[in-house]
Amino acid sequence: MQKNLRLHYDISGDDYTRAGEASAQLKQVLRQLGLSSSIIRKVAIAMYEGEINMVIHANGGTIDVEIDSACISLVLRDTGPGISEIDLAMKEGYSTASENVRSMGFGAGMGLPNMRKHSDYMKLESTPGVGTTVHMKISIGEE
Amino acid sequence: MTIAEIVDILDAKVLSGEELLARDVHSACGSDLMSDVLAFVKDQSVLVTGLTNAQAVRTAEMMDIICIVLVRGKIADSGMIELAKDRSVAVLQTQHSMFAACGLLYERGLRGGGKSHAKKS
Repeated sequence: MQKNLRLHYDISGDDYTRAGEASAQLKQVLRQLGLSSSIIRKVAIAMYEGEINMVIHANGGTIDVEIDSACISLVLRDTGPGISEIDLAMKEGYSTASENVRSMGFGAGMGLPNMRKHSDYMKLESTPGVGTTVHMKISIGEE
Repeated sequence: MTIAEIVDILDAKVLSGEELLARDVHSACGSDLMSDVLAFVKDQSVLVTGLTNAQAVRTAEMMDIICIVLVRGKIADSGMIELAKDRSVAVLQTQHSMFAACGLLYERGLRGGGKSHAKKS
């Protein structure tokens, strides 16, 4: 497998139908690298939820991915409104999403918990009015 | 069962993925909430839903789900079908409600997967 592959994705905040395209592209790359389907799915879910969050809450952002022999690291950055109460935001069922977002199948307060559930490491940094950065790592060693 | 059998059982219309009808599917889930699908679903290959937008296809793509069944005769967004064709996801449309569609598929042997939903012999 290639070592330390780095990928960068710009996430548009104005087109909800395109949300998930970057995650789908990464999934394709991981498949080409020959990773196991369970690892690929974990990465795809964690990134997709993050991508959706960026589009819903933060008018887009960027996602940087680094793949080495041990793990896949994701850094999701946005300059959105930020999260004032991170502990509350991490609780299943807590959401500030609009009815419009809910009607599209998201916004039920499962995004951040899903990201935590499907990653082996997750750190969320946020400053209200400045933006949010989420770091996630998914191990690709022995399952 | 195959996707073609699902079409038959649910008297469904094929909106995309004619070429996938012979594919085997082993388990299914039913939800309108994509985050629940992403959180709790494991190795299902059919999604029964009332959600008719592109995000249903995106979710299917992330979860390796190959067939989406739209219930209550819901009309798919044009973006949904376009994306489904591009990503090789079959989209079926049935007039049955979510409850009835899931019941009919269950009755014919399709299960939810996982220990608690294992098919009894």
